[in-house]
Amino acid sequence: MIFIGAILVNNFVLSRFLGICPFLGVSKKVDVALSMGIATTFVLTLSAAATWLIQSFILEPYGLSRFLQYVSFVLVIASLVQMIEMFIKKASPDLYKSLGIFLPLITTNCAILGLALLAVNKSYNLTQSMVFGLGAGIGFTLAIVIMAGIREEIEQADIPEGLKGAGITLLTAGILSIAFLGFSGLISM
Amino acid sequence: MRAWKELIKGFWYENPTFRMLMGMCPTLAVTNAAVNGLAMGLATAFVLICSNIIVSLVKKLIPDEIRIPGYIIIIATFVTIADLVLAAYFPDIHKVLGLFIPLIVVNCIILGRAEGFASKNNVFYSAMDGIGMGIGFTWALTLLGIIREIMGMGSIFGIPVMGVGFTKWVIFILPPGAFITLGILLWIINSLSKNKSVESHCH
Repeated sequence: MIFIGAILVNNFVLSRFLGICPFLGVSKKVDVALSMGIATTFVLTLSAAATWLIQSFILEPYGLSRFLQYVSFVLVIASLVQMIEMFIKKASPDLYKSLGIFLPLITTNCAILGLALLAVNKSYNLTQSMVFGLGAGIGFTLAIVIMAGIREEIEQADIPEGLKGAGITLLTAGILSIAFLGFSGLISM
Repeated sequence: MRAWKELIKGFWYENPTFRMLMGMCPTLAVTNAAVNGLAMGLATAFVLICSNIIVSLVKKLIPDEIRIPGYIIIIATFVTIADLVLAAYFPDIHKVLGLFIPLIVVNCIILGRAEGFASKNNVFYSAMDGIGMGIGFTWALTLLGIIREIMGMGSIFGIPVMGVGFTKWVIFILPPGAFITLGILLWIINSLSKNKSVESHCH
């Protein structure tokens, strides 16, 4: 349920407004978008776990949550991304070539920190957090791949000068968002 | 003089929202009412100015390899301060802005200016840059908030302006409205200015 919810009902990009940053920037081609989506999903799931561990074993027992939560979460995410990048570079240079360049960008993806904080707010346990992360990532990938598909087609069309680039992407996102609004009754959460 | 130039570039020519397309997440998420846009803009401006100043002061002290985590610590600290202050003195605003206050930490504007400007310039110009970008971001968000609030609720800052017979276009305060309003605003602004917006890779 958390899974479907994260992908469709409260899609991270189209209704929670998280991950807009790369959504606008990396959605020009489908294969690139897919790579970014997969990399982001990976980071989302792992950072959901990592931040849950930090929250449960360090922040909460010592009552530090209010003061150190943001600092520690974002540092953990940044380090995690760094480690993933090094790991991929060593383990599979081909994978690194297609995914690797996006990884540093993912650190500033609002969705990663947003997910970590949402999971804490909802008091999810470790498994729930990771499922949430996975679902969020798939939802993000879905949105960004759809957008890339549309943008590839739109390239051929006659867009007014002022709308080219971000403008038309935003209007398209608006229409996609309306479509996804249709999912709101899907699960009674 | 240079200080003035650094200050005003954020208002229009390098406006973070409309020209540099940075910090899009909060821009779309909290502009469903004018006061929310204004509050988010001011909170972000506060963090931006403070972080620019501190980063500029300590730029020689942080080793190059760990500069990004270093900036992140500085930024996250100011965001925590902003969050606690808002929670204490403006609880309603705090509740509405909710998740997006901590997300100021990963707002590309702040990290982008720290990395791109404050780490290479002295405190005075960094402060000017921060203030200018902060004001630019704030007016952009407030404008977006005003438009969405008028269309969606018929009011500005809570004051009804459209009269009783106005049918509210609720879609404007829902997610699609955010995308559409920003898209149209960008269209207008791009058509008005000679050079197109420079899309930074950070967004």
